[in-house]
Amino acid sequence: MNGIAIKNISKNFGNINALDNVTITFEENKIYGLLGRNGAGKSTLLNIITNRIFSDSGSIMINNQPARENDQALRKVYLMSEKDFYPESMKVKDAFKWTKEFYPDFDMEYAVSLSEKFTLNIKSKIESLSTGYTTIFKVITALASNVPYILLDEPILGLDANHRDLLYKIIIEKYSQFPCTIVMSTHLIEEIAPLIEDVIIIKEGKVISNDSKEELLSKGYTVSGPASLIEKYIEGKNVLSVHTIGGLKTAYVLEPPVRVNLPEGLEAGVMDLQTLFIQLTNI
Amino acid sequence: MPLKFDDERPIFIQVSEWIEDAILSGAFPEESQIPSITEFSVTCKINPATALKGINLLVNKDIIYKKRGLGMFVATGAIDKLREERKEHFYKNFIENLITEAKRLNLSESDIKSMIERGFEK
Repeated sequence: MNGIAIKNISKNFGNINALDNVTITFEENKIYGLLGRNGAGKSTLLNIITNRIFSDSGSIMINNQPARENDQALRKVYLMSEKDFYPESMKVKDAFKWTKEFYPDFDMEYAVSLSEKFTLNIKSKIESLSTGYTTIFKVITALASNVPYILLDEPILGLDANHRDLLYKIIIEKYSQFPCTIVMSTHLIEEIAPLIEDVIIIKEGKVISNDSKEELLSKGYTVSGPASLIEKYIEGKNVLSVHTIGGLKTAYVLEPPVRVNLPEGLEAGVMDLQTLFIQLTNI
Repeated sequence: MPLKFDDERPIFIQVSEWIEDAILSGAFPEESQIPSITEFSVTCKINPATALKGINLLVNKDIIYKKRGLGMFVATGAIDKLREERKEHFYKNFIENLITEAKRLNLSESDIKSMIERGFEK
């Protein structure tokens, strides 16, 4: 089966367990959200997939080929990450040219046209770019690489609202015309939620959820009402957390939503992805 | 395109309702072509699978039909079909809720009727 198959990956940094027996598959032609709090292990996982660091145990297969020190397999994957691997004094257009050396399918015309859309001057030196434009440069390089697996680590870091809006449109446009797998790791969950099909949530190095977005959202609901009624209602239920404002309580319940049988005086609500994420990853 | 999503319901349902509204308002007349999945997903910044799911709800109800290689079109009779469906929806969502709230406020049937008349006079 094509895809990136991650099996039993573990990684320790000193005595910190960065990844603990992670097993997930990124299927072909799907958009994923890779979510987790700071330090959860998202970037470590992306770096291991692309051989920038090595795992202590486990295996990664890219389209049925082992990824470890296998250039042929790794050329199918592009990782846009926080760290830069270009000499800082290099100009944007030269960085594009270099990328083409390693990724022969890199689409120079597309990269230039995207640069124009974002008004990124390709004659600028990379070191002179602002945080936002550094992100734009990196994400353009990733999208133009034309590989089947594009991994975007923080693709909207420092982007203003207009540029984020433009980027979401470009991602969907690219995905519609040339289907590929896109993995987006970001903290702006609410904004990317409509774009993604599947959600993977990592907490302290472990995968705690791996589902389609719809499946995940149908796993929980909120219920609010007078404190005494809520306490009675949630007894024996799988409750993530309870918030109290005066005599009013809201409970986050991790069970399929109930449409019927809700006692008088209680009101059910829907959990959105961000709310669910916060509840699942709070300690 | 003034399509804004709320958090309350799945996006694919909101997509299909938005198209229904556009058909009822005459923005998408019967036998006219509707935008493609790509146009929908790019404009609304949603996953194409979501847009497809929303449109398929309408295809299954024979509101929209696909012409191979040409695109998607509003079926003849779609407006009547939607109106019938929405009347039932109107009763369930508006009338039933209206009566529940009226009871809470101790409003009688004739109170409501006169309020409705007031509303129509505007």
